[in-house]
Amino acid sequence: MGIKKIERKISLWERSYLPIIVKGLCLTAKHFFRNLLIHTLHQIGLGKHWRGGETFQYPEERRPLSSRLRTLHRLTRRKDNSPRCVACMMCESVCPARCIYIVAGEHPNPEIEKYPVRFDIDLGLCVFCGFCVEACPEDAIRMDTGILEFSSYSREGMIYDLDKLLSLSPKTESDSTIKQTAISGKIASQQIPLDKNH
Amino acid sequence: MEYFIHFTKAFLIFTVVMGYMFILSWMERKQSALMQDRIGANRASILGFRFLGLFHPIADAIKLLTKEDFIPPSGNRFLHTLAPMSALFFALISFAVIPFGGIYQFGNHTISLQILDLNVGILYVFAIMSMGVYSFVLAGWSSDNNYALLGGLRASSQMISYEITMGATIIGLFMIYGTLNLQEINLAQGQLLWGWLPMWGVLVQPLGFILFTTAAMAETKRVPFDIPEGESEIIGYFIEYSGMKFGMFYTADFIGTVLASSLITTLFFGGWQVPYLTSNGFSFPEGTIIELSQTIVMILQISSFLFKVFFFCFLMMLVRWTLPRFRWDQLMKLGWTIMLPLSIINIVITGLIILIKNSA
Repeated sequence: MGIKKIERKISLWERSYLPIIVKGLCLTAKHFFRNLLIHTLHQIGLGKHWRGGETFQYPEERRPLSSRLRTLHRLTRRKDNSPRCVACMMCESVCPARCIYIVAGEHPNPEIEKYPVRFDIDLGLCVFCGFCVEACPEDAIRMDTGILEFSSYSREGMIYDLDKLLSLSPKTESDSTIKQTAISGKIASQQIPLDKNH
Repeated sequence: MEYFIHFTKAFLIFTVVMGYMFILSWMERKQSALMQDRIGANRASILGFRFLGLFHPIADAIKLLTKEDFIPPSGNRFLHTLAPMSALFFALISFAVIPFGGIYQFGNHTISLQILDLNVGILYVFAIMSMGVYSFVLAGWSSDNNYALLGGLRASSQMISYEITMGATIIGLFMIYGTLNLQEINLAQGQLLWGWLPMWGVLVQPLGFILFTTAAMAETKRVPFDIPEGESEIIGYFIEYSGMKFGMFYTADFIGTVLASSLITTLFFGGWQVPYLTSNGFSFPEGTIIELSQTIVMILQISSFLFKVFFFCFLMMLVRWTLPRFRWDQLMKLGWTIMLPLSIINIVITGLIILIKNSA
Protein backbone atom coordinates (compact mmCIF):
# COMPACT_ATOMS: atom_id res chain seq x y z
CA MET A 1 0.00 0.00 0.00
CA GLY A 2 1.94 2.93 -1.22
CA ILE A 3 0.83 6.48 -1.04
CA LYS A 4 -1.08 7.41 -4.13
CA LYS A 5 -0.26 10.88 -5.31
CA ILE A 6 -2.91 12.60 -7.34
CA GLU A 7 -1.57 15.28 -9.58
CA ARG A 8 -4.06 18.08 -9.84
CA LYS A 9 -3.49 20.08 -12.95
CA ILE A 10 -4.80 23.57 -12.38
CA SER A 11 -3.60 26.45 -14.42
CA LEU A 12 -2.39 29.72 -13.00
CA TRP A 13 -5.61 31.39 -14.09
CA GLU A 14 -7.65 28.82 -12.18
CA ARG A 15 -5.35 29.08 -9.20
CA SER A 16 -6.13 32.76 -8.89
CA TYR A 17 -9.65 31.58 -7.90
CA LEU A 18 -11.11 34.47 -9.87
CA PRO A 19 -13.06 32.43 -12.49
CA ILE A 20 -14.59 30.17 -9.88
CA ILE A 21 -15.46 33.12 -7.62
CA VAL A 22 -17.16 34.86 -10.52
CA LYS A 23 -19.01 31.65 -11.34
CA GLY A 24 -20.24 31.38 -7.76
CA LEU A 25 -21.29 35.00 -7.68
CA CYS A 26 -23.22 34.51 -10.91
CA LEU A 27 -25.08 31.59 -9.40
CA THR A 28 -26.13 33.46 -6.26
CA ALA A 29 -26.90 36.59 -8.24
CA LYS A 30 -29.10 34.54 -10.57
CA HIS A 31 -31.12 33.32 -7.60
CA PHE A 32 -31.29 36.82 -6.18
CA PHE A 33 -32.56 38.49 -9.33
CA ARG A 34 -34.98 35.68 -10.16
CA ASN A 35 -36.53 35.87 -6.71
CA LEU A 36 -36.52 39.66 -6.77
CA LEU A 37 -38.41 39.58 -10.07
CA ILE A 38 -40.92 37.07 -8.72
CA HIS A 39 -41.52 39.09 -5.55
CA THR A 40 -41.94 42.27 -7.57
CA LEU A 41 -44.47 40.52 -9.80
CA HIS A 42 -46.32 39.30 -6.72
CA GLN A 43 -46.51 42.84 -5.40
CA ILE A 44 -48.38 43.94 -8.51
CA GLY A 45 -50.47 40.77 -8.49
CA LEU A 46 -48.87 38.72 -11.25
CA GLY A 47 -47.25 35.32 -11.47
CA LYS A 48 -48.84 33.89 -8.35
CA HIS A 49 -47.99 30.37 -9.43
CA TRP A 50 -44.26 31.06 -9.12
CA ARG A 51 -42.75 30.82 -5.71
CA GLY A 52 -40.06 33.28 -4.73
CA GLY A 53 -38.67 31.11 -1.97
CA GLU A 54 -39.05 27.81 -0.25
CA THR A 55 -40.30 29.37 2.97
CA PHE A 56 -43.79 28.69 4.29
CA GLN A 57 -45.13 31.69 6.19
CA TYR A 58 -46.13 29.34 8.97
CA PRO A 59 -49.11 30.61 10.94
CA GLU A 60 -50.88 31.92 7.84
CA GLU A 61 -49.67 29.35 5.39
CA ARG A 62 -49.43 25.66 6.18
CA ARG A 63 -47.79 22.84 4.40
CA PRO A 64 -50.20 20.20 3.16
CA LEU A 65 -50.23 17.32 5.63
CA SER A 66 -49.96 13.75 4.52
CA SER A 67 -53.18 11.85 5.10
CA ARG A 68 -51.16 9.24 6.98
CA LEU A 69 -49.64 11.75 9.38
CA ARG A 70 -50.43 11.00 13.03
CA THR A 71 -51.77 14.16 14.62
CA LEU A 72 -53.98 14.96 17.61
CA HIS A 73 -56.29 12.12 18.68
CA ARG A 74 -60.04 12.16 18.57
CA LEU A 75 -62.75 9.78 19.66
CA THR A 76 -65.26 8.90 16.97
CA ARG A 77 -69.01 8.87 17.53
CA ARG A 78 -71.90 6.56 16.91
CA LYS A 79 -74.96 7.66 14.93
CA ASP A 80 -76.50 8.93 18.15
CA ASN A 81 -73.36 10.95 18.85
CA SER A 82 -72.27 8.87 21.82
CA PRO A 83 -68.64 7.64 21.73
CA ARG A 84 -67.92 4.49 19.78
CA CYS A 85 -65.51 3.46 22.49
CA VAL A 86 -66.52 0.32 24.39
CA ALA A 87 -63.85 0.74 27.07
CA CYS A 88 -62.13 -2.52 26.15
CA MET A 89 -58.81 -1.14 27.45
CA MET A 90 -56.92 -2.33 24.36
CA CYS A 91 -55.42 1.07 23.70
CA GLU A 92 -54.56 1.59 27.34
CA SER A 93 -52.79 -1.78 27.39
CA VAL A 94 -50.86 -1.26 24.18
CA CYS A 95 -49.82 2.31 24.88
CA PRO A 96 -46.05 2.32 25.36
CA ALA A 97 -46.10 5.73 27.02
CA ARG A 98 -49.02 4.78 29.29
CA CYS A 99 -50.69 8.06 28.64
CA ILE A 100 -54.26 6.72 28.28
CA TYR A 101 -56.46 6.33 31.34
CA ILE A 102 -59.91 4.77 30.97
CA VAL A 103 -62.64 4.16 33.54
CA ALA A 104 -65.37 1.84 32.22
CA GLY A 105 -69.02 2.03 33.03
CA GLU A 106 -71.93 -0.30 32.22
CA HIS A 107 -73.83 0.63 29.11
CA PRO A 108 -77.65 0.31 29.21
CA ASN A 109 -77.56 -1.47 25.84
CA PRO A 110 -76.56 -5.11 26.47
CA GLU A 111 -75.06 -5.36 22.98
CA ILE A 112 -72.54 -2.69 23.78
CA GLU A 113 -71.86 -3.79 27.39
CA LYS A 114 -69.39 -1.05 28.35
CA TYR A 115 -68.74 2.61 27.73
CA PRO A 116 -65.99 4.94 28.98
CA VAL A 117 -66.91 7.06 31.99
CA ARG A 118 -63.50 8.67 31.76
CA PHE A 119 -61.13 8.65 28.83
CA ASP A 120 -58.04 10.77 29.42
CA ILE A 121 -55.01 11.12 27.16
CA ASP A 122 -52.01 12.89 28.64
CA LEU A 123 -50.50 14.51 25.56
CA GLY A 124 -47.49 15.49 27.62
CA LEU A 125 -46.61 11.80 27.72
CA CYS A 126 -47.92 10.64 24.37
CA VAL A 127 -45.29 9.64 21.84
CA PHE A 128 -47.69 9.62 18.87
CA CYS A 129 -46.84 6.06 17.92
CA GLY A 130 -50.40 5.39 16.78
CA PHE A 131 -50.58 1.99 18.47
CA CYS A 132 -53.88 2.94 20.13
CA VAL A 133 -55.42 3.50 16.71
CA GLU A 134 -54.14 0.15 15.47
CA ALA A 135 -55.27 -1.69 18.57
CA CYS A 136 -58.80 -0.32 18.67
CA PRO A 137 -61.32 -2.99 17.54
CA GLU A 138 -64.13 -0.45 17.19
CA ASP A 139 -62.35 2.29 15.23
CA ALA A 140 -63.19 4.51 18.15
CA ILE A 141 -59.91 6.41 18.33
CA ARG A 142 -58.23 8.10 15.43
CA MET A 143 -55.25 10.40 14.94
CA ASP A 144 -56.35 12.27 11.85
CA THR A 145 -57.48 15.69 13.07
CA GLY A 146 -54.59 17.47 11.38
CA ILE A 147 -54.11 19.55 14.53
CA LEU A 148 -50.46 19.97 15.35
CA GLU A 149 -50.54 22.86 17.82
CA PHE A 150 -51.70 21.77 21.26
CA SER A 151 -49.48 23.49 23.74
CA SER A 152 -50.39 24.53 27.23
CA TYR A 153 -48.92 26.54 30.06
CA SER A 154 -49.51 23.73 32.56
CA ARG A 155 -49.18 19.98 32.63
CA GLU A 156 -52.87 19.71 33.50
CA GLY A 157 -53.72 21.52 30.31
CA MET A 158 -52.08 18.75 28.32
CA ILE A 159 -54.50 16.16 29.63
CA TYR A 160 -57.39 15.85 27.19
CA ASP A 161 -60.54 14.25 28.62
CA LEU A 162 -63.43 12.41 27.00
CA ASP A 163 -65.48 15.48 26.10
CA LYS A 164 -62.57 17.28 24.56
CA LEU A 165 -61.49 14.29 22.49
CA LEU A 166 -65.06 13.66 21.44
CA SER A 167 -65.62 17.28 20.46
CA LEU A 168 -62.93 16.90 17.80
CA SER A 169 -65.26 14.61 15.86
CA PRO A 170 -68.05 16.28 13.93
CA LYS A 171 -71.45 15.65 15.44
CA THR A 172 -73.71 14.86 12.54
CA GLU A 173 -71.41 12.39 10.91
CA SER A 174 -73.51 9.48 9.70
CA ASP A 175 -70.87 6.79 9.51
CA SER A 176 -67.31 7.49 10.47
CA THR A 177 -65.90 4.05 9.81
CA ILE A 178 -65.43 4.22 6.08
CA LYS A 179 -64.09 7.44 4.68
CA GLN A 180 -61.16 9.53 5.70
CA THR A 181 -63.01 12.08 7.73
CA ALA A 182 -64.17 15.46 6.75
CA ILE A 183 -61.98 17.08 9.36
CA SER A 184 -58.59 16.61 7.81
CA GLY A 185 -60.07 17.56 4.48
CA LYS A 186 -61.50 20.70 5.99
CA ILE A 187 -58.19 21.73 7.49
CA ALA A 188 -56.40 21.13 4.24
CA SER A 189 -58.90 23.29 2.40
CA GLN A 190 -58.43 26.11 4.90
CA GLN A 191 -54.94 26.71 3.58
CA ILE A 192 -54.33 30.31 2.79
CA PRO A 193 -53.00 30.96 -0.71
CA LEU A 194 -49.25 31.22 -0.92
CA ASP A 195 -47.23 34.40 -0.78
CA LYS A 196 -49.41 36.73 1.23
CA ASN A 197 -47.01 39.09 2.87
CA HIS A 198 -43.33 39.43 2.47
CA MET B 1 -21.86 81.66 5.26
CA GLU B 2 -18.78 79.48 4.96
CA TYR B 3 -19.67 77.76 8.20
CA PHE B 4 -23.23 77.28 7.08
CA ILE B 5 -22.10 75.63 3.84
CA HIS B 6 -19.69 73.35 5.66
CA PHE B 7 -22.28 72.42 8.24
CA THR B 8 -24.87 71.67 5.58
CA LYS B 9 -22.47 69.45 3.66
CA ALA B 10 -21.42 67.60 6.81
CA PHE B 11 -25.03 67.14 7.84
CA LEU B 12 -26.01 65.86 4.40
CA ILE B 13 -23.17 63.35 4.31
CA PHE B 14 -23.97 62.17 7.82
CA THR B 15 -27.63 61.71 6.97
CA VAL B 16 -26.86 59.85 3.78
CA VAL B 17 -24.34 57.55 5.47
CA MET B 18 -26.69 56.75 8.32
CA GLY B 19 -29.46 56.19 5.80
CA TYR B 20 -27.25 53.76 3.92
CA MET B 21 -26.43 52.00 7.16
CA PHE B 22 -30.13 51.66 7.92
CA ILE B 23 -30.85 50.32 4.45
CA LEU B 24 -27.87 47.97 4.54
CA SER B 25 -28.92 46.31 7.76
CA TRP B 26 -32.27 45.64 6.12
CA MET B 27 -30.69 44.67 2.82
CA GLU B 28 -28.28 42.26 4.44
CA ARG B 29 -31.26 40.23 5.66
CA LYS B 30 -33.39 40.51 2.57
CA GLN B 31 -30.65 40.01 0.02
CA SER B 32 -29.25 36.96 1.75
CA ALA B 33 -32.79 35.59 1.99
CA LEU B 34 -33.49 36.07 -1.69
CA MET B 35 -30.14 34.58 -2.66
CA GLN B 36 -30.92 31.49 -0.63
CA ASP B 37 -34.54 31.16 -1.81
CA ARG B 38 -35.89 32.34 1.51
CA ILE B 39 -38.13 35.29 2.28
CA GLY B 40 -36.31 37.04 5.08
CA ALA B 41 -37.32 39.05 8.11
CA ASN B 42 -40.80 40.44 7.56
CA ARG B 43 -42.63 40.17 10.88
CA ALA B 44 -42.00 43.55 12.49
CA SER B 45 -45.11 45.61 11.88
CA ILE B 46 -46.60 48.92 12.84
CA LEU B 47 -50.41 48.84 12.94
CA GLY B 48 -50.36 45.72 10.83
CA PHE B 49 -48.18 47.21 8.10
CA ARG B 50 -45.10 45.15 7.51
CA PHE B 51 -43.69 47.06 4.59
CA LEU B 52 -41.22 44.41 3.39
CA GLY B 53 -39.62 44.13 6.80
CA LEU B 54 -38.28 47.68 6.74
CA PHE B 55 -39.24 48.10 10.39
CA HIS B 56 -36.74 45.51 11.50
CA PRO B 57 -33.83 47.96 11.77
CA ILE B 58 -36.03 50.09 14.04
CA ALA B 59 -36.93 47.06 16.10
CA ASP B 60 -33.23 46.24 16.33
CA ALA B 61 -32.41 49.72 17.55
CA ILE B 62 -35.14 49.60 20.19
CA LYS B 63 -33.97 46.21 21.35
CA LEU B 64 -30.33 47.26 21.55
CA LEU B 65 -31.15 50.49 23.38
CA THR B 66 -33.23 48.78 26.02
CA LYS B 67 -30.86 45.90 26.66
CA GLU B 68 -28.61 45.70 29.68
CA ASP B 69 -25.30 47.46 29.12
CA PHE B 70 -22.86 45.00 30.60
CA ILE B 71 -19.30 45.94 31.47
CA PRO B 72 -17.14 43.07 32.74
CA PRO B 73 -16.30 43.83 36.39
CA SER B 74 -12.62 43.02 35.94
CA GLY B 75 -12.35 44.92 32.66
CA ASN B 76 -11.31 48.48 32.18
CA ARG B 77 -14.48 50.52 32.45
CA PHE B 78 -13.23 53.59 30.64
CA LEU B 79 -11.54 51.85 27.71
CA HIS B 80 -14.41 49.39 27.36
CA THR B 81 -16.76 52.33 26.83
CA LEU B 82 -14.32 54.22 24.65
CA ALA B 83 -13.73 51.40 22.15
CA PRO B 84 -17.16 51.32 20.42
CA MET B 85 -17.32 55.10 20.38
CA SER B 86 -13.96 55.40 18.66
CA ALA B 87 -14.90 52.63 16.21
CA LEU B 88 -17.98 54.60 15.17
CA PHE B 89 -16.14 57.92 15.22
CA PHE B 90 -13.31 56.79 12.96
CA ALA B 91 -15.73 55.06 10.61
CA LEU B 92 -17.78 58.23 10.19
CA ILE B 93 -15.01 60.79 10.04
CA SER B 94 -13.37 59.19 6.98
CA PHE B 95 -16.24 60.43 4.83
CA ALA B 96 -14.98 63.99 5.20
CA VAL B 97 -12.78 63.75 2.12
CA ILE B 98 -15.06 61.67 -0.12
CA PRO B 99 -16.43 63.90 -2.89
CA PHE B 100 -20.10 63.15 -3.48
CA GLY B 101 -20.55 65.69 -6.22
CA GLY B 102 -18.61 67.96 -8.52
CA ILE B 103 -17.86 71.68 -8.28
CA TYR B 104 -20.85 73.95 -8.86
CA GLN B 105 -21.48 77.70 -9.05
CA PHE B 106 -24.27 79.09 -6.87
CA GLY B 107 -24.39 82.84 -7.39
CA ASN B 108 -20.95 83.98 -6.40
CA HIS B 109 -20.21 80.88 -4.36
CA THR B 110 -18.19 78.03 -5.81
CA ILE B 111 -19.20 74.94 -3.92
CA SER B 112 -17.28 71.70 -4.13
CA LEU B 113 -19.46 68.89 -2.82
CA GLN B 114 -16.85 67.54 -0.47
CA ILE B 115 -16.64 68.41 3.21
CA LEU B 116 -12.88 68.74 3.44
CA ASP B 117 -10.82 69.60 0.37
CA LEU B 118 -7.55 68.09 1.57
CA ASN B 119 -4.53 67.86 -0.66
CA VAL B 120 -3.47 64.65 1.05
CA GLY B 121 -7.00 63.30 0.49
CA ILE B 122 -6.62 59.58 0.39
CA LEU B 123 -3.76 59.58 2.90
CA TYR B 124 -6.18 61.06 5.41
CA VAL B 125 -8.55 58.13 4.84
CA PHE B 126 -5.73 55.66 5.37
CA ALA B 127 -4.57 57.46 8.52
CA ILE B 128 -8.08 57.37 9.95
CA MET B 129 -8.45 53.70 9.01
CA SER B 130 -5.24 52.87 10.87
CA MET B 131 -6.58 54.74 13.87
CA GLY B 132 -9.71 52.64 13.62
CA VAL B 133 -7.65 49.53 14.36
CA TYR B 134 -7.11 50.88 17.87
CA SER B 135 -10.77 50.61 18.73
CA PHE B 136 -10.79 46.88 17.95
CA VAL B 137 -7.60 46.24 19.90
CA LEU B 138 -8.98 48.30 22.79
CA ALA B 139 -12.23 46.39 22.72
CA GLY B 140 -10.38 43.10 22.91
CA TRP B 141 -7.97 44.25 25.59
CA SER B 142 -10.33 46.05 27.93
CA SER B 143 -12.85 43.19 28.07
CA ASP B 144 -10.60 41.01 30.22
CA ASN B 145 -11.55 37.97 28.20
CA ASN B 146 -9.09 35.77 26.39
CA TYR B 147 -11.37 35.20 23.42
CA ALA B 148 -11.89 38.91 23.04
CA LEU B 149 -8.16 39.52 23.31
CA LEU B 150 -7.42 36.95 20.62
CA GLY B 151 -10.14 38.44 18.47
CA GLY B 152 -8.62 41.87 18.87
CA LEU B 153 -5.21 40.53 17.92
CA ARG B 154 -6.64 38.83 14.84
CA ALA B 155 -8.41 42.04 13.87
CA SER B 156 -5.32 44.19 14.23
CA SER B 157 -2.99 41.84 12.39
CA GLN B 158 -5.45 41.34 9.56
CA MET B 159 -6.21 45.01 9.14
CA ILE B 160 -2.56 46.03 9.26
CA SER B 161 -1.55 43.39 6.70
CA TYR B 162 -4.25 44.39 4.27
CA GLU B 163 -3.73 48.10 4.76
CA ILE B 164 -0.30 47.72 3.17
CA THR B 165 -1.79 46.02 0.11
CA MET B 166 -4.56 48.57 -0.01
CA GLY B 167 -2.08 51.42 0.01
CA ALA B 168 0.20 49.79 -2.54
CA THR B 169 -2.58 49.02 -5.04
CA ILE B 170 -3.68 52.61 -5.49
CA ILE B 171 -0.19 54.01 -6.04
CA GLY B 172 -0.66 53.13 -9.70
CA LEU B 173 -3.71 55.41 -9.78
CA PHE B 174 -1.80 58.31 -8.30
CA MET B 175 0.92 57.82 -10.88
CA ILE B 176 -1.67 58.12 -13.63
CA TYR B 177 -3.74 60.99 -12.24
CA GLY B 178 -0.84 62.73 -10.57
CA THR B 179 -2.68 63.78 -7.43
CA LEU B 180 -3.76 62.55 -4.02
CA ASN B 181 -6.71 64.91 -3.81
CA LEU B 182 -9.88 62.84 -4.25
CA GLN B 183 -11.85 65.63 -5.90
CA GLU B 184 -9.07 66.11 -8.45
CA ILE B 185 -8.90 62.36 -9.03
CA ASN B 186 -12.60 62.43 -9.78
CA LEU B 187 -12.21 65.36 -12.13
CA ALA B 188 -9.38 63.56 -13.91
CA GLN B 189 -11.61 60.52 -14.40
CA GLY B 190 -13.91 62.67 -16.52
CA GLN B 191 -11.26 62.83 -19.24
CA LEU B 192 -11.61 60.62 -22.26
CA LEU B 193 -9.10 58.00 -23.26
CA TRP B 194 -8.44 57.92 -27.02
CA GLY B 195 -11.30 60.36 -27.36
CA TRP B 196 -14.13 57.96 -26.52
CA LEU B 197 -13.44 55.89 -23.39
CA PRO B 198 -14.01 57.54 -19.98
CA MET B 199 -10.73 57.34 -18.11
CA TRP B 200 -12.13 55.56 -15.09
CA GLY B 201 -9.73 53.94 -12.67
CA VAL B 202 -11.04 50.46 -13.38
CA LEU B 203 -10.11 50.78 -17.06
CA VAL B 204 -6.59 52.06 -16.52
CA GLN B 205 -5.93 49.90 -13.45
CA PRO B 206 -7.92 46.64 -13.74
CA LEU B 207 -5.53 44.64 -11.58
CA GLY B 208 -5.43 47.47 -9.05
CA PHE B 209 -9.22 47.40 -8.90
CA ILE B 210 -9.40 43.69 -8.11
CA LEU B 211 -6.67 43.91 -5.51
CA PHE B 212 -8.14 47.02 -3.93
CA THR B 213 -11.63 45.53 -3.74
CA THR B 214 -10.29 42.41 -2.08
CA ALA B 215 -8.21 44.41 0.37
CA ALA B 216 -11.13 46.72 1.10
CA MET B 217 -13.31 43.71 1.88
CA ALA B 218 -10.63 42.48 4.26
CA GLU B 219 -10.43 45.93 5.83
CA THR B 220 -14.14 45.99 6.52
CA LYS B 221 -13.87 42.52 8.08
CA ARG B 222 -16.68 41.11 5.99
CA VAL B 223 -16.99 37.49 4.93
CA PRO B 224 -14.79 35.90 3.48
CA PHE B 225 -12.40 37.85 5.72
CA ASP B 226 -14.47 37.90 8.89
CA ILE B 227 -12.02 35.99 11.04
CA PRO B 228 -11.78 38.81 13.62
CA GLU B 229 -15.51 38.45 14.23
CA GLY B 230 -16.69 35.03 13.11
CA GLU B 231 -19.78 35.62 15.18
CA SER B 232 -21.15 32.14 14.82
CA GLU B 233 -18.21 30.14 16.11
CA ILE B 234 -14.82 31.69 16.87
CA ILE B 235 -16.20 34.94 18.28
CA GLY B 236 -14.30 38.16 18.17
CA TYR B 237 -13.31 41.22 20.09
CA PHE B 238 -16.87 42.25 20.94
CA ILE B 239 -17.80 39.11 22.86
CA GLU B 240 -18.15 41.13 26.09
CA TYR B 241 -20.29 43.82 24.52
CA SER B 242 -24.01 44.08 24.76
CA GLY B 243 -26.76 46.57 24.13
CA MET B 244 -26.05 49.69 22.14
CA LYS B 245 -22.28 49.33 22.49
CA PHE B 246 -22.48 46.17 20.45
CA GLY B 247 -24.85 48.05 18.20
CA MET B 248 -22.21 50.73 17.70
CA PHE B 249 -19.68 48.14 16.60
CA TYR B 250 -22.22 46.76 14.21
CA THR B 251 -23.04 50.23 12.89
CA ALA B 252 -19.33 50.89 12.46
CA ASP B 253 -19.10 47.69 10.44
CA PHE B 254 -21.88 48.71 8.08
CA ILE B 255 -20.46 52.21 7.76
CA GLY B 256 -17.12 50.59 6.98
CA THR B 257 -18.85 48.77 4.12
CA VAL B 258 -20.29 52.03 2.85
CA LEU B 259 -16.88 53.66 3.18
CA ALA B 260 -15.16 50.88 1.26
CA SER B 261 -17.82 51.11 -1.46
CA SER B 262 -17.45 54.87 -1.73
CA LEU B 263 -13.66 54.53 -1.90
CA ILE B 264 -13.94 51.98 -4.70
CA THR B 265 -16.42 54.26 -6.45
CA THR B 266 -14.28 57.35 -6.01
CA LEU B 267 -11.00 55.78 -7.02
CA PHE B 268 -12.01 53.30 -9.70
CA PHE B 269 -15.48 54.13 -10.97
CA GLY B 270 -15.30 57.84 -11.53
CA GLY B 271 -17.01 58.88 -8.28
CA TRP B 272 -19.80 61.26 -9.22
CA GLN B 273 -18.86 61.21 -12.93
CA VAL B 274 -21.49 60.16 -15.42
CA PRO B 275 -19.91 59.04 -18.70
CA TYR B 276 -19.77 61.91 -21.22
CA LEU B 277 -21.53 64.32 -18.83
CA THR B 278 -19.72 67.63 -18.56
CA SER B 279 -20.78 70.67 -16.59
CA ASN B 280 -22.92 71.89 -19.52
CA GLY B 281 -24.63 68.64 -20.38
CA PHE B 282 -23.91 65.50 -22.30
CA SER B 283 -21.38 65.68 -25.12
CA PHE B 284 -20.94 62.32 -26.78
CA PRO B 285 -17.75 61.51 -28.66
CA GLU B 286 -19.52 61.22 -32.03
CA GLY B 287 -20.60 64.83 -31.72
CA THR B 288 -24.10 64.82 -30.19
CA ILE B 289 -24.48 67.49 -27.53
CA ILE B 290 -27.42 67.63 -25.11
CA GLU B 291 -27.49 70.87 -23.13
CA LEU B 292 -28.57 70.52 -19.51
CA SER B 293 -28.93 73.08 -16.74
CA GLN B 294 -26.52 72.98 -13.82
CA THR B 295 -29.16 71.74 -11.38
CA ILE B 296 -29.96 68.71 -13.51
CA VAL B 297 -26.26 67.99 -13.97
CA MET B 298 -25.76 68.20 -10.22
CA ILE B 299 -28.66 65.86 -9.49
CA LEU B 300 -27.43 63.41 -12.11
CA GLN B 301 -23.92 63.42 -10.72
CA ILE B 302 -24.92 63.05 -7.08
CA SER B 303 -27.33 60.23 -7.88
CA SER B 304 -24.65 58.59 -9.99
CA PHE B 305 -22.36 58.58 -6.94
CA LEU B 306 -25.08 57.26 -4.64
CA PHE B 307 -26.05 54.57 -7.12
CA LYS B 308 -22.47 53.38 -7.57
CA VAL B 309 -21.96 53.21 -3.81
CA PHE B 310 -25.16 51.25 -3.50
CA PHE B 311 -24.07 48.88 -6.22
CA PHE B 312 -20.78 48.13 -4.50
CA CYS B 313 -22.56 47.60 -1.19
CA PHE B 314 -24.73 45.11 -3.04
CA LEU B 315 -21.66 43.44 -4.53
CA MET B 316 -20.02 43.13 -1.13
CA MET B 317 -23.11 41.48 0.27
CA LEU B 318 -23.24 39.19 -2.73
CA VAL B 319 -19.67 38.12 -1.98
CA ARG B 320 -20.45 37.82 1.71
CA TRP B 321 -23.28 35.38 1.12
CA THR B 322 -21.50 33.39 -1.57
CA LEU B 323 -17.99 32.63 -0.40
CA PRO B 324 -16.92 30.66 2.65
CA ARG B 325 -14.54 32.09 5.21
CA PHE B 326 -10.78 31.92 4.81
CA ARG B 327 -8.63 30.04 7.25
CA TRP B 328 -6.23 32.23 9.22
CA ASP B 329 -3.08 30.95 7.48
CA GLN B 330 -4.77 31.24 4.07
CA LEU B 331 -5.68 34.81 4.88
CA MET B 332 -2.14 35.76 5.82
CA LYS B 333 -0.72 33.87 2.86
CA LEU B 334 -3.09 35.65 0.49
CA GLY B 335 -2.27 39.01 1.96
CA TRP B 336 1.49 38.79 2.16
CA THR B 337 2.58 36.36 -0.56
CA ILE B 338 0.04 37.02 -3.30
CA MET B 339 -1.59 40.41 -2.99
CA LEU B 340 1.38 42.45 -1.85
CA PRO B 341 3.75 41.22 -4.61
CA LEU B 342 0.98 41.63 -7.17
CA SER B 343 0.36 45.20 -6.11
CA ILE B 344 4.08 45.95 -6.37
CA ILE B 345 4.16 44.37 -9.84
CA ASN B 346 1.18 46.58 -10.67
CA ILE B 347 3.16 49.66 -9.67
CA VAL B 348 6.14 48.59 -11.79
CA ILE B 349 4.03 47.86 -14.87
CA THR B 350 2.15 51.15 -14.53
CA GLY B 351 5.43 53.00 -14.19
CA LEU B 352 6.82 51.29 -17.28
CA ILE B 353 3.78 52.15 -19.37
CA ILE B 354 3.86 55.76 -18.26
CA LEU B 355 7.58 55.92 -19.04
CA ILE B 356 7.08 54.49 -22.53
CA LYS B 357 4.15 56.79 -23.18
CA ASN B 358 6.02 59.89 -22.06
CA SER B 359 9.17 59.09 -24.02
CA ALA B 360 7.24 58.23 -27.19
